[in-house]
Amino acid sequence: MDLAAAKMIGAGLACIALVGAGIGIGNVFAALITSLARNPAAQVTPFAFLGFALAEATGLFGLAIAFLILFVF
Amino acid sequence: MAIELHPLEQFTIEPLIPIHFGNVDASFTNSALFMVAAVVVASALMVLGSRRASLVPGRWQSLTEIAYEFIAGMIDENVGHEGQEYFPFIFTLFLFILLGNLLGMIPYGFTFTSHIIVTFAMAGVVFLGVTVIGIARHGFHFLSFFVPHGVPPVLLLLLVPIEVLSYFIRPFTLSIRLFANMMAGHTMLAIFAGFVTAMGIFGFVPLGVDVLLIFLEILVAVLQAYVFTILTCLYLRDAIHLH
Repeated sequence: MDLAAAKMIGAGLACIALVGAGIGIGNVFAALITSLARNPAAQVTPFAFLGFALAEATGLFGLAIAFLILFVF
Repeated sequence: MAIELHPLEQFTIEPLIPIHFGNVDASFTNSALFMVAAVVVASALMVLGSRRASLVPGRWQSLTEIAYEFIAGMIDENVGHEGQEYFPFIFTLFLFILLGNLLGMIPYGFTFTSHIIVTFAMAGVVFLGVTVIGIARHGFHFLSFFVPHGVPPVLLLLLVPIEVLSYFIRPFTLSIRLFANMMAGHTMLAIFAGFVTAMGIFGFVPLGVDVLLIFLEILVAVLQAYVFTILTCLYLRDAIHLH
C-alpha cells in the first residue's frame, strides 16, 4: 500500500470520532427540548450551549487530526 | 477529479517587521499584528464605552456594561463572591479570546487562536495561576483536592492517580479544545471554498454550505471564548473551595 492511500484511509478513520460528537450534540439538544417542554421557565439554555461546545470539541479533535494527516504530512 | 487544495495556507505565519536577537527570531508577524488589533479593539470598546458614562446608557456604554455584567455574573455564579478579585484577569482573557476568534472571521484575517502554542500559553498561565492560588490559600491541605470524599480506602489507590492525571491534563484539554475548534472550522471553510471553483456551474452548492458554515463559525467563535472562560472559572472555584 502506498503512502497516499494510507493517508486517505487514516484520515477516514480519524473522522470516526465525529460519530461521538453527533451523538453527544443530539443528546444535549434532546435534553434541552425535553426540559424546556416540561418547564418553559427553566434557565438551562446556557448550560446546553456549554454542553454543545464541549461535545463538539471532542469530535473536532478527530477532525483536526484528519486535516493534519491530509494536508500537513 | 483532482482538486488542488491548500486549506492550511491561511495559518502561515509571515514576518511583517523582521526583528532578530542573535539566533532568536522575534519578528513582528501577522499573528502579533492581530493580537495587537484584539487588544486595541478591546481597549477602545472599554475606553469609549466608559468615557461619557450616563445613567441611561447609549449604544457603546450598553455594550460595555453587557460585557462587564456577563463576566461578573459568570464569576459570581461559578466561583462565588471571593472570585471577584480575579475579575480583571478573567475579563481580559475573555475579551482577548473573543476578539481573536472574531477578528479571524474577517476575510484575509488571521486567527491567532488557531495556533496551539498561543492557546497553550494561555491555558498554561491559567493552570499555573490556579495551582499557585490553591497552594497559597490552602497550603498542604490543597493535596486533599486529589482525594475524593466518602470513598473506600481500597478504591483510593485507583482514584487518586486518576484525579491527579485529570488535574494535570487540564491545560492540554483547555488549549486543544480552542485550537482544534478554530483550526478545524477555518480549514473546513477553505475546503468548501475550494469546491466552489472545482465544481464549475454547480459551485453554488458548496458556496451555500460555506455561507451557512460561516454562521456556525461565528457561533463557535463566541461559544469557545465562553467555554474557555467558564472553564477557567470552574478551575478557579476548585482552587478556592477544594470541591
